[in-house]
Amino acid sequence: MNESTSKLTCAPVRMSVFSTPSHVAVVRVAVERYCALLGFSKRSAGEVALSVDEALTNVIKHAYHGKEDMPIEVVMESTIVDQRDALRIEIRDWGTAIEPDKIKSRDLNEIRPGGLGVHIMKQCMDSVDYIPLPQRGTKLVMIKYCNP
Amino acid sequence: MLGKDGPVKKVQWVGADNNVVVITAAGEIDLHQSNAFQQSLMEPLEQNPSRVVVDLSEVSYMDSSGVASLVKLLSRAMKQGIDVRLAGLNERVRSIFEITRLDTVFGIYPTVEEAVVSE
Repeated sequence: MNESTSKLTCAPVRMSVFSTPSHVAVVRVAVERYCALLGFSKRSAGEVALSVDEALTNVIKHAYHGKEDMPIEVVMESTIVDQRDALRIEIRDWGTAIEPDKIKSRDLNEIRPGGLGVHIMKQCMDSVDYIPLPQRGTKLVMIKYCNP
Repeated sequence: MLGKDGPVKKVQWVGADNNVVVITAAGEIDLHQSNAFQQSLMEPLEQNPSRVVVDLSEVSYMDSSGVASLVKLLSRAMKQGIDVRLAGLNERVRSIFEITRLDTVFGIYPTVEEAVVSE
């Protein structure tokens, strides 16, 4: 692989999907393959894919309230954060804005369904930031370092 | 809801008194499949088994939507005094139970056989 091909391998990948639950798996598979291209271990790639799955699930359930024909944009790219190689994933929706202060992991001692997605994302990724957008919707930015 | 489209592929009654139900699921269980999964998990409870064993050995992937279905099963089963056990989790599926610390809440067994016969 020459240098220009290598750069293209790590070029950003942009996906636009609808908020239909069946598309979550489509994105998940693509994320896992992209992580493999960047040299992530199988376990780390699985953690990133799970985090993206949880993020998309939250968008479908909470930002779009189950409506299946709304847009979601996912961008993944290789980047450098704090002088370390990293994967940056951005997930953009145009639904009900989320208040970042209200997003937190719930008490895991409560045995009840739901509310685990944010906890999983924070456990699996190195940073998780929700950014409410001025017009409408939310941008979620997640970072995972290539070498932990 | 049993069928090729839902994640639950088989429901089998076993044990000396035929009072243990083994629910076998397969495939990837995420938001798309979680409603069908949950419905299939709940149906056998109407027949008051003494134990429910959920065979996850053919489940390759699960997210928090699938986990939530199992937590709902556990909550309802506990109210009826029914024991719930999970069996055959691969490393990937097991990891989500560890991340959410639910591996300490569910009885998790390497195989269906052990989940059925263990006290």
